[in-house]
Amino acid sequence: MFSWDLLANAMVAGFLLGGFYAAVSLGVSLIFGLLDIANIAQPAFVIMGAYAAFWLNTAFGLDPILVGIGLTPLFYALGAVVYRIYYESFERRGEESLRGLVFFFGLLFIIEVSLSLTFGVDYRLVQTAYTSRSLEFGGVGIAFRYLVPCVVGMAMTLALYLFLGRTFYGRAIVAVSQDQGALRLMGANPVHIKTIAFGVGIAAASLAGALLISIAPVIPSTDRDYIGRMFAITVLGGMGSIGGTLVAAIILGVAESLMATFFGPSWSLAVSFGLLLFALAVRPAGLFGR
Amino acid sequence: MKLPSIRIVTVIAIVLGTLALVSSGAFVARAADPIKIGFGMALTGGLSANGKPALLAVQIWKDDVNKKGGLLGRPVEIVVYDDQTNPATVPGIYTKLLEVDKVDLIISGYGTNLIAPLMPIAMERKLVLMGMFGLANNEKYQYPNYFQIQPAGPEPQTSMPIGFFELAAKQNPRPQTVALVGADAEYPQNAMVGARELVKKFGFKTVYDKNYPPSTADYTPIVRAIKATNPDVVFVASYPPDSVGMLRAAHEVGLQPKIFGGGMVGLQFTSIMASMGPLLNGVVNYDFWAPEPTFLAIPGIKEFFKEYQARAEKAGVDPLGYYLPPYSYTMVQILGQAVEATKGLDQQKIADYIRATEFNTIVGKVKFGKNGEWAKGRTLMVQYQKVQGNGIEQFRGPGKKVVLYPDEFKSGAMIYPYSAAMK
Repeated sequence: MFSWDLLANAMVAGFLLGGFYAAVSLGVSLIFGLLDIANIAQPAFVIMGAYAAFWLNTAFGLDPILVGIGLTPLFYALGAVVYRIYYESFERRGEESLRGLVFFFGLLFIIEVSLSLTFGVDYRLVQTAYTSRSLEFGGVGIAFRYLVPCVVGMAMTLALYLFLGRTFYGRAIVAVSQDQGALRLMGANPVHIKTIAFGVGIAAASLAGALLISIAPVIPSTDRDYIGRMFAITVLGGMGSIGGTLVAAIILGVAESLMATFFGPSWSLAVSFGLLLFALAVRPAGLFGR
Repeated sequence: MKLPSIRIVTVIAIVLGTLALVSSGAFVARAADPIKIGFGMALTGGLSANGKPALLAVQIWKDDVNKKGGLLGRPVEIVVYDDQTNPATVPGIYTKLLEVDKVDLIISGYGTNLIAPLMPIAMERKLVLMGMFGLANNEKYQYPNYFQIQPAGPEPQTSMPIGFFELAAKQNPRPQTVALVGADAEYPQNAMVGARELVKKFGFKTVYDKNYPPSTADYTPIVRAIKATNPDVVFVASYPPDSVGMLRAAHEVGLQPKIFGGGMVGLQFTSIMASMGPLLNGVVNYDFWAPEPTFLAIPGIKEFFKEYQARAEKAGVDPLGYYLPPYSYTMVQILGQAVEATKGLDQQKIADYIRATEFNTIVGKVKFGKNGEWAKGRTLMVQYQKVQGNGIEQFRGPGKKVVLYPDEFKSGAMIYPYSAAMK
């Protein structure tokens, strides 16, 4: 069944999917990769962002992606509060490893149940004029439903990359992931820096959620479909490497797409995760890990 | 030895006397005690979009019965727990229902996976078990007191897709090639087994036959691979997120076989119908109920939907409720009719009565047969036609979901090929 046409289409579809995966995984890359906090509730925050986009889209006709951008300050504040609770309850007492994990696990369920009670349990999705279109260039189809999330995902990656590399707070976040003690000696408060980083990670979930609900229908428990992929992409890219997250996301997207096209979609996830295991065996720190 | 004081003896006598009075009083009050029906239901988790409307339908039945004086002159009470769509919770829930809540009758939660762990519990205690939309749960056990309300019929695997392939075989020009695609999950795989059998039976040629994992995020590569095989018929067995993904990808890629659809779960749900809108046009898909004249003529159904739709919004569930709720109501309607007819709560008598009787219900006549499935399957094939925009009002009346199969419920003609109906 091989044809160059199919191969080109599979590569493009995989690339677009990868851009979306990057958007969803950036928060984990920041919080888990850099801060070393196993926030397994991150996908639940993404679903929360999806419902916020759905609600404001159906109630006021607002564009879901603009809603995602507009709500980032709110999600940032929410993230900051969550981190403070986590810090005071677990991290400060040195009990963050197992108890912290349980805290985020509980948070995931609380968010799921709250969304169920607020929005009901029906599948929700958002249709926009631009996400219903598709383009064709020389036999290669590009669905706007994936193109828009891919472009936004790349923009988010670039923004976060510049923030971490070029701003004072960004550099402080990278520093806190490397040596908290040294950062304290420089006169910066690691807890304050981590609060900012956690807030930015959760703010990214707001936008990722808006992208998700433009692509596929969402119910409160959809988060469970993404936990594995998000953490796998973060680890494959190299813990804390923002550029690595994008590359890993694209590798996973292209692998899934090629498998689905040529060898049967059943194998797509298994091969993607097989690829992850192989990459980690060869390079345990991930593709761009230090 | 010191004898107990008079005061202690008096206290003991009072306690014993009170207990005796209370217990004798209980016997007197017994006739007015409620009949308790207990079950677990998916109120959260993956199947809750169906579980909640199913519960609402049972509650409506309870209210209807209680308005008419209850069952056997006793009010009906429902005891329900959230099974979280998690089969592991089922044994605990039903043990509590039977041991602590002392329910008189049980019904299952929604779906095959939630019924499976309940089967041994019902069998051990020889209880009547009404099953809600389970696929072939009793094939292995052949438990005589199990009755399943989804109208799948005695051959559940082929009964779902048979209408789809029968319709395909009747078209002119007759389609020749078929693509089969389904999710790696229990229901879609059962449907795929049936579909493969029917492809052979009707003499079609399979050009694509693949499964995909349910958590797939992009269906475009799958649809493109199907398109490359240029099939006349595409049969899809999918769950709601994949149904939406497949349908959108088919439009984006320009997949236009002569017939598209088959076993797509989710397209029956109001929220998905409304958001898909015109993308649904031309899809031929299974269903169990449609607001077509052939179904609306059945006594009691209009009253049920009037009540359901009035309460659905407040309950935050599917506002139309055409998929599961009428059958969920029917299930308890049958149980209630059996209790009244046998004039008691003897499980064996109730089961014998249900097995032997043809019931008149809000979905029509129901008679159970082999393995507690419907004696004759009644899975519909409908075609979405002339859907415009994304409003839900258009789906309330006839004409949008035209019943093509079976003939006794047929309400219109199929538009063939798919491309002609997409407009």
